[in-house]
Amino acid sequence: MLSRVADSLYWTARYLERAEHTARLIDINMGLMLDRSRVSAERRWQRVLAAAGSAQGLGWNEDAEGMGGEPGRWVGVTALVHALCFDTTKHASITACIFAARENARQIRDEISTEQWQRLNGLFHEISRLRTASPSERNLGEFLPTIIDGIHLFQGVTDTTLSHGEGWHVLRVGRYLERAWSLTTLLDVYEREVFLGEDHDDAGEYLEWVGLLRVCTAFEAFCRVHTADLTHERILEFLLLDPDFPHSVRYAVDALHNALEAIQQHTRTQHGGELMRVAGRLKATLGFAQIREILAQDPVQYLRRILEQCREIHDLIYAVYIQYSVETALAV
Amino acid sequence: MTTMPLRGAFEHPLLRDYFMDTAFDEMFDADGAIRLHYQALFNELTTLPAEEIRRRKQSADASFLMQGITFTVYGREEGTERIFPYDLIPRLVTGEEWDQIERGLTQRITALNLFLHDVYNDQKILAQGVVPREVVYSCQQFRRQMRGLRVPRNVYVAIAGSDLLRLESGEFVVLEDNLRVPSGVSYMLTNRRIMKRTLPSLFRDYGVRPIDHYPQALLATLRSLAPEGRPEPSIVVLTPGVYNSAYFEHTWLARQMGVELVEGRDLVIHDNVVYMRTTAGLKRVDVIYRRVDDDFIDPLAFRGDSILGAAGLFNAYRAGNVTLANAFGTGIADDKALYAYVPAIIRYYLSEDPILNNVETYLLMDAKQRSYVKENLEKLVVKAVGESGGYGMLVGPQSSAAEREEFKRRIDADPRNYIAQPTLSFSRAPCLLEDGSIGPRHVDLRPYILFGDKVTIVPGGLTRVALRQGSLVVNSSQGGGSKDTWVLGR
Repeated sequence: MLSRVADSLYWTARYLERAEHTARLIDINMGLMLDRSRVSAERRWQRVLAAAGSAQGLGWNEDAEGMGGEPGRWVGVTALVHALCFDTTKHASITACIFAARENARQIRDEISTEQWQRLNGLFHEISRLRTASPSERNLGEFLPTIIDGIHLFQGVTDTTLSHGEGWHVLRVGRYLERAWSLTTLLDVYEREVFLGEDHDDAGEYLEWVGLLRVCTAFEAFCRVHTADLTHERILEFLLLDPDFPHSVRYAVDALHNALEAIQQHTRTQHGGELMRVAGRLKATLGFAQIREILAQDPVQYLRRILEQCREIHDLIYAVYIQYSVETALAV
Repeated sequence: MTTMPLRGAFEHPLLRDYFMDTAFDEMFDADGAIRLHYQALFNELTTLPAEEIRRRKQSADASFLMQGITFTVYGREEGTERIFPYDLIPRLVTGEEWDQIERGLTQRITALNLFLHDVYNDQKILAQGVVPREVVYSCQQFRRQMRGLRVPRNVYVAIAGSDLLRLESGEFVVLEDNLRVPSGVSYMLTNRRIMKRTLPSLFRDYGVRPIDHYPQALLATLRSLAPEGRPEPSIVVLTPGVYNSAYFEHTWLARQMGVELVEGRDLVIHDNVVYMRTTAGLKRVDVIYRRVDDDFIDPLAFRGDSILGAAGLFNAYRAGNVTLANAFGTGIADDKALYAYVPAIIRYYLSEDPILNNVETYLLMDAKQRSYVKENLEKLVVKAVGESGGYGMLVGPQSSAAEREEFKRRIDADPRNYIAQPTLSFSRAPCLLEDGSIGPRHVDLRPYILFGDKVTIVPGGLTRVALRQGSLVVNSSQGGGSKDTWVLGR
């Protein structure tokens, strides 16, 4: 497979995973704001921004224009949410992610299935329809589920219509690396802001914790294992170390490792050693970890280490498969 | 022009708008009688209920769309696709007519390749004054870099598509040779696939000669041109990328041949060897079917601002480590001024008379011809030699006095840049019109010629149609469409 094609597949998958994550993050937090909470709106959305990755150019602004007449705390929220959803000049926005995913897919229109292209193109046209120039709450209710459904459909047709060869594995690499990254970032933010925060209040805390689980689509799966008995330790353990739940960091890293192994077999590359070592180490770290140990030491530091290793894996994927130098490639 | 009285077949209601004048009609002879080979087609069309024709047209439309045989019109954010306009009534060419076309094109491509070899090596034809030096040296497509360079099998033009017209007399003539990156072959092949499904029994009864092996023939041609010592050559199609209007064709051809479709940025040149960057490492490339113009293919050798090519490609080519089809600098042989010399070129190299004639052409570098042209502009078509696709043209009979003055001024300023030809009345073929009736429209014919270890011309080509009534322009950008071309057995 051409490196350029692999590059486009990888980013198509990453951008879609990111868009889905951001959509759920916004959706859940919009819902949480309806309840009385001791968390100020500003603090909540700063947290969302931090969890959405360094959202450059996006910030909290209570004086946002065009929102006259709305209750105070909604002013900044609506403007920010609108930007997070629709502002194509902000890389973190959902619309920017979908556009970027489609642009990547279009460059390799022939390497993906017609069904995949149609789903992605359909999503693109849906956004163009739902996008409004000025911030308004009304169409968000339709927009966010449309994004999430559209991406689920794309994943479905990807698995049923695309040959499960190298390209399919590259899509999986992009998807799971992005998932491991964004879940870990999210846990990092909650670890610092919610679990270790000062203002404790049982009912409020319960809502926040359910919110975290629901951002990861994990509430039902969690209850099935632990009942609705929410504790810091159990939530962190489930989202970080559960081997079976698809939105746990461990699951994502296992799937990532698996896909990287498949690609190595397909390409028979002899330069993949370091990549497989780093991915394998991360997989083992999570596989043999115990939540008590992590909590006894420094959980934030632990999460940061995972992020570093994800970044390292990304760089190595580029070095081995996409942007290798001519000299390395010719020296076998 | 006078319109002939209609008789016999013309009384059929489907032909209510059919007309004839002095232009050759592909279906009716000068007396208004159906040509023998069109009889079965005519019967089929006139016996099928109008409803059935409409249904088949719709199902053909749907297959074009489904197969993604579309033109893509992209804005920055919106993506719209429309299908390439086509006509459901095939254009028929008899076996005898085709044989002559085939012999004529073989002769022509052979002579033009000999000419290119000569011009870039010994230049005998220039020394003997058969072709004036200034015509060659003043051509912008002449590539000095190609002087003395060895080319596999001495084949410069491996893939060509010549545009033929049929004159009032019924004779086929060559209007121009496309020797750089001719396009449209994917439409020829997909038209055929869809016509087989639309009129299956008629197709079978006619014994149409097959064209479906074109991709294999192209692959064999490319393989035969591989550098020496590369018995299992790796072949790629080089495209300018997704924004090119012929991108569909590039992907289609790569898929049909089972080879990789690459862009300039996929290629890496190291020690004068071309590689493509794959996830499994660098893979050597031996033959490049390039769909990128000379100017853009190597920023080191040609235009430095090009981002479509690969730096160092020309040096790898010069070193003989990679074959490009077509070679660089072939544009000199399809220059519109050089065109006038093609009959002389054929006689010079092959000692034969041309089998297919040229359209009469006035060279404006010649003072006598120039003054004739300037006095008769309203009867002539003037073309800029470097332009194509109907740009930079003056169509005399449809021009205003001001436009003619403007062209006189331009001709005087740069006579090498223009040629003039008489306004041609070329043939019409029956087409299915919007309202379901059948009417005559102007057509040309572009057969595709492959030249490797042998010459292969699949029997047929792209028949382009000026779908607008009265229009003489067949370019797809200007309301043109296409139809399937059925070459009949002998």
